[in-house]
Amino acid sequence: MDKNKSDTGQPGPLQVFEDHVSQGEFRIQQCKDCGSHVFYPRYLCNHCGSSELKWVEVSGRGIVYSTSVVRRKPERGGDYNIALIDLEEGPRMMSRVMDVDPDQVTIGMAVSAHIGLIDDKPAVVFYNKEQGDKEW
Amino acid sequence: MVASLRGSAAVVGVGLTEFTGLPGMNHMEIMARAVERAILDAGIQKNEIDGIFSANFVELLTPLTVAEYFGLNPTYMDGTNTGGSVFVNSMQSAAAALHLGLCNVALICYGSNSATGPFTHPPAMHTVEDIYKPRNPITPYALAAARHMHEYGTTKEQLAEVAVSARKWAQLNPAATMRDPLTVEDVMTARMIVDPLGLLDCCLVSDGGAAMIMVRSDRAKDFPKKPVYMLGVGSRTDHNLISAMPNLCVTPAKAAAAAAFAMAGVTPADIDVVELYDAFTINTILFLEDMGFCQKGEGGHFVSNGNIAPGGSLPVNTNGGGLSCVHPGMYGMFLMIEAVQQLRGECGERQVDGAKLAACNGNGGFLASQVTAIFGTEDTL
Repeated sequence: MDKNKSDTGQPGPLQVFEDHVSQGEFRIQQCKDCGSHVFYPRYLCNHCGSSELKWVEVSGRGIVYSTSVVRRKPERGGDYNIALIDLEEGPRMMSRVMDVDPDQVTIGMAVSAHIGLIDDKPAVVFYNKEQGDKEW
Repeated sequence: MVASLRGSAAVVGVGLTEFTGLPGMNHMEIMARAVERAILDAGIQKNEIDGIFSANFVELLTPLTVAEYFGLNPTYMDGTNTGGSVFVNSMQSAAAALHLGLCNVALICYGSNSATGPFTHPPAMHTVEDIYKPRNPITPYALAAARHMHEYGTTKEQLAEVAVSARKWAQLNPAATMRDPLTVEDVMTARMIVDPLGLLDCCLVSDGGAAMIMVRSDRAKDFPKKPVYMLGVGSRTDHNLISAMPNLCVTPAKAAAAAAFAMAGVTPADIDVVELYDAFTINTILFLEDMGFCQKGEGGHFVSNGNIAPGGSLPVNTNGGGLSCVHPGMYGMFLMIEAVQQLRGECGERQVDGAKLAACNGNGGFLASQVTAIFGTEDTL
C-alpha cells in the first residue's frame, strides 16, 4: 500500500478514499476555499487550485446521467451495467447500478450509493431503491 | 497577437501501406513501408528529414526509436501522445517547428500490427474507474451515444446510417478493408457489444502504416506533387476519463474546430470534403455537430438518407473511414492523408470533384482530445 504515500509517510488522497471504502464509508473531498466538491480524489482542487481539501460525508443520492450494458457471455459472468452517476453534491462518477437488470437502468433514474463488492473488492455502487443502512 | 500558422506549411509527401496482408511485420516495419512511400512521393532523400513526430500505444520513446531505425539525427522531435488524434496534433507541432526553423523537413509517421500481431494492451491508466470494468474504449462512447439519444432523440437507425455511408465510400476505394454491401438493418441487428453500440457501430482493428512529410510553404513547390497547405488548426481537451467529461453531447471539437476555422478564415459551408475520426458511429454525429456542419442535436437527421454518402450533400469519410477502410489502433494520420489525396485529385472513383478545402478532426482517448485541421489547395492560400 505504499504506492500512494507521499514522502511524509501520509497516504495520498486516492489511498484515503480507498481506505474509507474498505471501511464501508463513501466520502469525497470538498474545497475549503471555493466550496466545490471534488471527485475523483485529488491533491489540488480542480476548480480553484487550492490544496485545502477536506473529507466530507455525502448524501449518497444521485441521478443516472448515462448508462450502458457491457455484454458478456453467461459463462464469463454475464452482462453488467456501467453508468455515470451525478452525485447530489455535484461531481459525476462511474459506477454500476446493481439492483435493476443492466438494460433496465435509465437516464434520470434516482439512485443511492452503497458499499458493495465487485470481484470481491469493496466499491461504491448504486441501487435504484434504498437498501439497508448507510454506514456514512 | 501571435503569429498565425495559416498557410505556413505544406504537405509534400504521403505514404500508406496496404491495410491487410501484413502478417509477420512488426509495427516499425509497417511504419517503414509507409515512410519509404512518403519519401518517394516527396522525392527527397531520407537524410533530409530533420523533424520526427511519432507516437503509438506499444512503446515509450517512439521518436528515438524512429530516428534510430531510419538512421536520422533530427534537430526536433515530438512524441506527445494524445491518443488517436495525436498525428493531427503533431501536424500542428510540425507546422510550428517548421515556422520557427527548428526543423526543415518534418516526418509524421505511424505503424501498427493491431490485426495480426500479438495483442498489446496499452499501458494502464490506473484510475478510479478501473474497478467497474468499463470495456474501454467502447464503453465511454456507448455512454455518449446513450446520452445523445436521450437528449436529442437520436436513434439506433441513425447511428447505422453512419456505418452504411462509410461502407458506400469504402466500396469506391480499392484499398478499403470492408467493401461488401451493408444495410441499416445489418448494422441494427449485429451483435450488441456495449449497449447501444453493436459490432458494426465499432471501427475495424487493422494493420496499417501511414507517413506524411511537411515543409515550409516557401519551398513547397520544389517537390514533385501538388502541395497541400495547412490553413488552420486547433487542439483542445476537457477531460481524460469519461466520468470527467463535462457534457457527453458536446466534445472539445467544438472549440478546436472554431479555432481552426478562425485561423483558416473559412466556414463549414466552404468545406468540400470532411474527414472525421469515426472510431464509433456516434463520433461522426458528434463531430458534425460540434464542428458546425449542422446544429447540435441534428446530427442524426443530418447523416440520414445518404446525406454524407457518395452523392449526398456533404462528402464525409471518403476513404470509408475507421468503420470500413482502416483503423490500426490510432487513426488520425489516415484522416489527413485522405484529405491530402482528395485535394491533389488522386482519389479515382471516390474523388470529390474540384475539392479545394478539406476539414479533418482527430479524436483521442475517450472523446477527450480533439484536433481539427483545415487543408487547402494553392488557390485557397
